[in-house]
Amino acid sequence: MAAKVLHAIYNDDDLVLQAVKQIRDENYHILEVFCPFPVHGLDKAMGLAPTRLAITSFLYGLTGLTVAVLMMNFMMIDDWPQNIGGKPSFSFIDNMPTFIPIMFELTVFFGAHLMVITFYMRSRIWPFKEAENPDVRTTDDHFLIEVEVANHSEEALVKFLNDTGASEVKLID
Amino acid sequence: MYKLSGKVKLISIILIVIGALGIGYGFLTAPSTIDEAKEILAAEHSGHGEGHEAESSHSMEAEGHHSEMNATGHSAHGEEAAKAHHGEEAHGESHEDHHLEHVLHQLQTKPWAATLVAGFFFLMIALGVLAFYAIQYVAQVGWSPVLFRVMEGITSYVLPGSIIVLVIVLFAGEHFYPWQDHELVAEDKILQGKSGYLNFPFFVIRAFIYVIGWNLYRYFAVKNSRALATASNYGPYKKNYKYSVFFLLFFILTESMMAWDWFMSMTPHWYSTLYAWYIFATMIVSALTVIAITTIILKKFGYLPFVNDSHLHDVAKFMFGFSVFWTYLWFGQFMLIWYANIPEEVTYFTIRIQEYNLLFFGMLVINFVFPILILMNSDFKRIPWFVIIAGCFILVGHYIDVYLLVMPSTVGLHWSFGVTEIAAILFFLGLFILVVGSGLGKAPLKIKNNPFLKESENYHY
Repeated sequence: MAAKVLHAIYNDDDLVLQAVKQIRDENYHILEVFCPFPVHGLDKAMGLAPTRLAITSFLYGLTGLTVAVLMMNFMMIDDWPQNIGGKPSFSFIDNMPTFIPIMFELTVFFGAHLMVITFYMRSRIWPFKEAENPDVRTTDDHFLIEVEVANHSEEALVKFLNDTGASEVKLID
Repeated sequence: MYKLSGKVKLISIILIVIGALGIGYGFLTAPSTIDEAKEILAAEHSGHGEGHEAESSHSMEAEGHHSEMNATGHSAHGEEAAKAHHGEEAHGESHEDHHLEHVLHQLQTKPWAATLVAGFFFLMIALGVLAFYAIQYVAQVGWSPVLFRVMEGITSYVLPGSIIVLVIVLFAGEHFYPWQDHELVAEDKILQGKSGYLNFPFFVIRAFIYVIGWNLYRYFAVKNSRALATASNYGPYKKNYKYSVFFLLFFILTESMMAWDWFMSMTPHWYSTLYAWYIFATMIVSALTVIAITTIILKKFGYLPFVNDSHLHDVAKFMFGFSVFWTYLWFGQFMLIWYANIPEEVTYFTIRIQEYNLLFFGMLVINFVFPILILMNSDFKRIPWFVIIAGCFILVGHYIDVYLLVMPSTVGLHWSFGVTEIAAILFFLGLFILVVGSGLGKAPLKIKNNPFLKESENYHY
């Protein structure tokens, strides 16, 4: 049997933030919050672990930097040395300043793209995937908090959610 | 309300006295005749390497002498010396004399240059804060009003600092600016072409315009900010907004021209269109660092209970960002000149890489690698002592940056870091602490009635 959950819908981001804090203070369990846009401080209020995306981004940046160094070394020094502006390409270190823009760009390129792809994978989003959000209004101007009923009294929880400012509360079996 | 404590006052006065003595020592021990210059050179040589044979050291010196010529702006001298050098043996002696005269000139310039480096370093901190302060008004920034009094305090150094630097650049004359040497200009077509801009009367007029303009804005901005505390409407605030818009226009023009006048014209044949921006980047990153350090110190002693770690976080973000921006401009200037490799352009970097190698590349590490590694992590930007460590690196690095703007162009090969340089730093540091400390004590550290104050107090990242 799927767990009983309540869907509480709010229509203001400050209200959601406040409600999340109150719900957690009462020791109810929040499964998920659906928002039409990112709400500042919501992750902290929900007690989510800090994101590790920044660390992956740093590692991807280092990967990009390495790729750029190896690529430029192969192209300009090993494979086909050229004499550009009186600077023959026989050593990497002597020609390094010309490669810095490429090293920079590839660092940013790898960091940005791989980070986005990681984010998609981590959020389990892929092309043609069916939307998981329970109410289409959360893509427009409503916010939804999914609260587990568990062994709490259902009526008390509904009343409590209404008191936190929910505009409607629905029971999902 | 903050009051500069007697202890700090005493320390800063001691610093000023020691510094003044050291600067005086520097000026007094500068050689006044060729013979004295010879002695100093001999002492330098015996100190540096007795193993060298006399001949080889002489030829090395002659070579260095050539590369230095263009870079130090005395290109006419350089050509002459080059001719003498390539000429017959009989000319050898006149070359020697000429060389010594040049060395004498550079050794006499040294105390001037040391004073300018330290003087400008502290002036640019205050000036950068002034520009940042104006930006806060123009952008109607919501996070920073709690730091306004700190910024106003630091900008109180603009008045004494700018007057001292003004005196230095006006009286340094040919020590810094070869285009002020009439004999040199008479035989130099390029300098004649530039004399419409680079002439002494116009130079003086411009310098006065910059200094008066900066100080006027500072005076009225602070006056309005204090008037706002007792005002019944937003009149002073609106006035400050208007003044700040016009000041920023004025500042970006005068800052650029100041950079050309006071620094780029030390090598009047050489120019770079990025130069003024580059100096601005140095200025703003040092300024933000000093705002951060001052804030942390004042908060530690309990004067700024309304400043939270989100404010510190934002200042540290600016330190991080502008460090990267500085590196971007440094590299932008370096790569274009290095790649194009045009003789009259590369002289600027040739002397810096050949004679100041460690400082030149070390500065890049201190100003770019350290801040980026220390301040990259979001949490570290909120830890005061981390910000202080990064700030110390940034300040040392940008002192070296100013040093490298001035020294290679003025004293060339005969640079060192000795009594005069340290004394100059101590003197201006003492003056800075004294002026900024008493400036901070002139008004309560919390502003009043600013429309963004509440937002700033509640600022939370």
